[in-house]
Amino acid sequence: MVSEKATLVNPQGLHMRPAGLFASTMSKFASEVIVVAPDKEVNGKSPMALMAAGIPCGTEVEVKCDGADEKEALAAAIELIKSGLGE
Amino acid sequence: MGMYQGVNASEGIGIGTVMVAVDPDLTFEPHEVADTAAEKERYQAALAVFCEKTQAQADHMKVAVGENEAEIMAGHIILAQDPGMTDAINGAIDGGACAEQALVDASTMFENMFLSMDDEMFRLRAADIADIRTGILAELLGVEVVDLSVLPENTVVVVHDLTPSMTATIDKEHVAGIVTETGGRTSHSAIIARALEIPAVLSVANSCSALRNGMTAIVDGSKGVVIAEPEADVLADYQAKAAAFAEEKAALEAFRGKETVTADGIKKILACNIGSPNDVANALEHDCEAIGLFRSEFLFMDATELPSEEEQFQAYRKVASALKGAPVIIRTLDVGGDKAIPYLAMEPEENPFMGFRAVRYCLENADQYKVQLRALLRAGAFGDVKIMIPLVTCVEEVRAVKALVEECKAELEAEGFQYDANIEVGVMMETPAASLIADKLAEEADFFSIGTNDLIGYTMCADRGNDHISNLYQVYYPAVLRSIKNIIESGVKAGIMVGMCGEAAADPLLEPLLISFGLEEFSMSAPSILRARKTISQWTKAECDELAEKALACTTAAEVKELLEAAAR
Repeated sequence: MVSEKATLVNPQGLHMRPAGLFASTMSKFASEVIVVAPDKEVNGKSPMALMAAGIPCGTEVEVKCDGADEKEALAAAIELIKSGLGE
Repeated sequence: MGMYQGVNASEGIGIGTVMVAVDPDLTFEPHEVADTAAEKERYQAALAVFCEKTQAQADHMKVAVGENEAEIMAGHIILAQDPGMTDAINGAIDGGACAEQALVDASTMFENMFLSMDDEMFRLRAADIADIRTGILAELLGVEVVDLSVLPENTVVVVHDLTPSMTATIDKEHVAGIVTETGGRTSHSAIIARALEIPAVLSVANSCSALRNGMTAIVDGSKGVVIAEPEADVLADYQAKAAAFAEEKAALEAFRGKETVTADGIKKILACNIGSPNDVANALEHDCEAIGLFRSEFLFMDATELPSEEEQFQAYRKVASALKGAPVIIRTLDVGGDKAIPYLAMEPEENPFMGFRAVRYCLENADQYKVQLRALLRAGAFGDVKIMIPLVTCVEEVRAVKALVEECKAELEAEGFQYDANIEVGVMMETPAASLIADKLAEEADFFSIGTNDLIGYTMCADRGNDHISNLYQVYYPAVLRSIKNIIESGVKAGIMVGMCGEAAADPLLEPLLISFGLEEFSMSAPSILRARKTISQWTKAECDELAEKALACTTAAEVKELLEAAAR
């Protein structure tokens, strides 16, 4: 298992579009992806769970990836978060 | 004849025959399942059919309604196939639940999570989830969902709630109006009704039972009224109104997206008055170019304690960002008078309209006021925010506020916050005292915005709510006209922007005079914008000057009004 921390920078936090983009990107990897916010852990491949977590802009999250392609998955996740999730 | 009041969600008048679309019967008997693998397959099959139908609706919607609306539908597929939801459903089926119960439990859990969030965008997601649940449940149970795709001509559709999937297939050519039992101005139903330009009245209690199939009904989406089985004269009256509305609307559409200019090419700004960040979408939809008055009271009135700097900052920033660099004039707390805020524990006064209110209260409570000024300065980093001071009567007040703004800037700088170092501080010109010293105030202020509602009241010493004297409350009195003229000309002479954010800015009779005096920005409620753009386009400065000269020579309000009515275009 590998993990890394990053801060959410998109102004609206994890809304529909950014959550959808994150989850669909993560779904391309075989590894399990968990997003850890200060008080919860959610499935990184589920846009609904990501949105329902209501993580606001400025929050530092930890992404954990576990599986055959965990390194690639983690790198993609962190780059996506740092780039503002398409916003 | 029956009359029902609701929320005016999409303007216009629709007259037609009622069709009540009853929600499908989605009740089921929860039961234990032994063959869980087969039950999971049954769910997957229903889900696949649902997604297929939804995709077809989204494709149809892209052509029939618009890209954004189609995206709402396409979003349903993503949510329905969500692994988080699928995991929860499979887990429940493994535990012996039937697919229907598993779906209801999992979707309700997510729905409640979204509903508990303090954010309109998330609450809208809850409505999406409820819609998905209905769709998949109907597939599981083999029930037809409401089909609005083929309707007789001039149908008034009455539903409990207009879901995005219903609107996707709605036969819009034949829908005269929409009536629902739930939903507000910002619900999906309202947004889609406006996009389709179908008159709609929402939140009409019990409309599904009060209105019956075959009844004739009038849907007045501008006023938010539904009239069932109208009498002949009422019907004739509304038919004439509907025809006039349609004609005027078609003519006004030609002004959408156009510059606001006089007939001889002088550029003006058409702005909108708003009361909360939720009003911005509607303002932009009506093609406003700026926000001329954002009343900040809502933040204070909807709270139980003073809103924090962060809360205020978020609200102001939201509006500033949405305007993408166009000006946003935010009026600082206008408390007192008729606006009481319980937790501020202000003492009752003999004469509140001449008492301890607005900037007077704020300067006396500088620590509280600085929280708002800091939030405004910070929001200024995200757009063109301007600070407007209400109820100014002397230069001293403007100087005191500007000194506080400077203090806040120094604090923000030291704390390392982003803020607008060049934020403009202007005066809401709404007292006779301010009008009389407009030249002096223009040296201190970065802009003026005339608040005609209070200016008329204070100048004429008349409360418009008092029937005995409400005839004195008119902008056409020479005293008021002279005051407005003096304010605008003083501002223009000093080279500052002068706007008007009272209701008079949207008065087509007065607009030529305002052009003559040199008013630059006209701020009004959203639906008046295209009409005002048309009026402004019909006059040249020279024509306005000629009319203004005659108007200022008049002795009575009646003469002024008669003159302006005769000249109206």
